[in-house]
Amino acid sequence: MNKLLSITNLSKNYYHKKEEISAIKDISFSLYEGEFVSIVGPSGCGKSTLLNILTNMDTKTTGNINLKDNLKFGYMLQSDSMLSWKKVLDNALLGLEIRKEKTKENIEYVKNLFTKYGLKEFMNKYPDELSGGMRQRVALIRTLALKPDILILDEPFSKLDYQSRLKVSDDVYKIIKEEGKTALMVTHDLAEAISISDRVIVLSDRPCIIKNIYQIKREKEGTPIENRKDKNFAYYYDLIWKDLMFHD
Amino acid sequence: MTKEHQNYLKKIKREKIIVITFQILILVGFLILWEILSKYKIINPFIFSSPSKVIETIKNLYLNYNLIGHILTTLYETLIAFILGISLSFIIAIILYEFKILNKIVDPYLTMLNSLPKVALGPLIIIIAGANTKSIIVMALLINLIVGIMSIYNGFNNIDKDLIKLFKTFNASRLDTLFKLTIPASYKTIISSLKLNISMTLIGVIMGEFLVSKSGLGYLIIYGTQVFNLDMVMSGIVILIVISFILYKIITYIEKKLLK
Ligand SMILES: Nc1ncnc2c1ncn2[C@@H]1O[C@H](COP(=O)(O)OP(=O)(O)OP(=O)(O)O)[C@@H](O)[C@H]1O
Ligand SMILES: [Mg+2]
Repeated sequence: MNKLLSITNLSKNYYHKKEEISAIKDISFSLYEGEFVSIVGPSGCGKSTLLNILTNMDTKTTGNINLKDNLKFGYMLQSDSMLSWKKVLDNALLGLEIRKEKTKENIEYVKNLFTKYGLKEFMNKYPDELSGGMRQRVALIRTLALKPDILILDEPFSKLDYQSRLKVSDDVYKIIKEEGKTALMVTHDLAEAISISDRVIVLSDRPCIIKNIYQIKREKEGTPIENRKDKNFAYYYDLIWKDLMFHD
Repeated sequence: MTKEHQNYLKKIKREKIIVITFQILILVGFLILWEILSKYKIINPFIFSSPSKVIETIKNLYLNYNLIGHILTTLYETLIAFILGISLSFIIAIILYEFKILNKIVDPYLTMLNSLPKVALGPLIIIIAGANTKSIIVMALLINLIVGIMSIYNGFNNIDKDLIKLFKTFNASRLDTLFKLTIPASYKTIISSLKLNISMTLIGVIMGEFLVSKSGLGYLIIYGTQVFNLDMVMSGIVILIVISFILYKIITYIEKKLLK
């Protein structure tokens, strides 16, 4: 498989007035093309920090990050925040506008994504006319607009209620697969991580190190909702749950 | 429309009529009471004047004292100080927001300046800027600037942190973030600060006219005091009340149009 990035012995310290916080420590893993990888770990352990360093929004303290040439990241945040004074389409084009890549082709590409994912009628509405789930899908389109090689998702569904969460994660999964993207997602929800990913990385409490990495094997590949019924689901759930509950 | 909905609308309408009726009643009652108390010398008519005398004085001011000229002077000064005040507040707020360290440095001075009674600076301003319109405008700026800067700056500071992060994920430049996020996102705050600003400006202008005393409504009031013509003072105050009310309404109207 084609390796897109590898991280080796990555560490990050934050400095506060009274103390030095070791947020992440000695993290190493690689990401291959087409994979969907989830990261789970206790609150405040440094998951967002890891993503921020990867996407160059924060600096590392030590360690190495090797990226494939011209690798492009697309970052989808937890909140689906949009500019309330811009129409939904213009919100989806925001990244392109800022990067000065708002070409005819790219606009066409984004409009096609809207059509493809059932949001065509909403392109010319304002964000507050959309439901939470729709906004989440628009946020994904906004990220896809930049044609990234890897999608970085930081708890993308945590603001949705349980039902829309299942539905939207199914939708988002389908979109990501259909567009042939690689994804790295942080989530608090074990079931979500197991049902959506090819691999789950479990992090420990701070300082956050890798506790385990699970390659998820299923009887039959399906959508995340179908995968929840898989025979091995409970097995992984139990393993990861124990990893998170019991510290050594 | 359902019966309940109609009743609801009726209720709102009835309430509105009651409010307006009472507002008019209070105004008329006040004027009548003022007239009677003054006529029967229950209050000193020399000091408190009376509605009829105020009208007469305004007529006289209009015919013999160039009242329109004085009103226009005050309006002109207010307009200049208002526009200058908003533009400067806007620019200074941007600078303070973009250069946080600068904000930290000047913060105590802004607080000090804000709590200082600006009239105290009056004589100094006159010496520096001269006894002219310039002084009046400086005085008004002293009063409207700090409030303007602070309200616009707070607007900037209250922008959704997630949106700021979103711009970071796009590697947006500072200039892009300023023009595509910071300024449009605080549009509402800026527009809403206009109302406060116009009142502050008028206060500043009248204070300036008190000090410089050449023309304008503030001058009329001070002049009236000096020659002990309290009818003139009262008329000046009445005109001022009307003008500030009208200005306030105009700004509210503009605000509504801009926020649509
Ligand atoms: N800019 C910063 N300056 C100082 N400390 C920081 C900074 N960002 C994060 N931290 C600290 O680093 C630690 C990890 O933070 P991070 O946001 O990465 O956690 P997280 O795993 O994403 O948490 P959550 O699950 O709540 O989102 C926290 O203890 C946090 O206080
Ligand atoms: Mg986080």
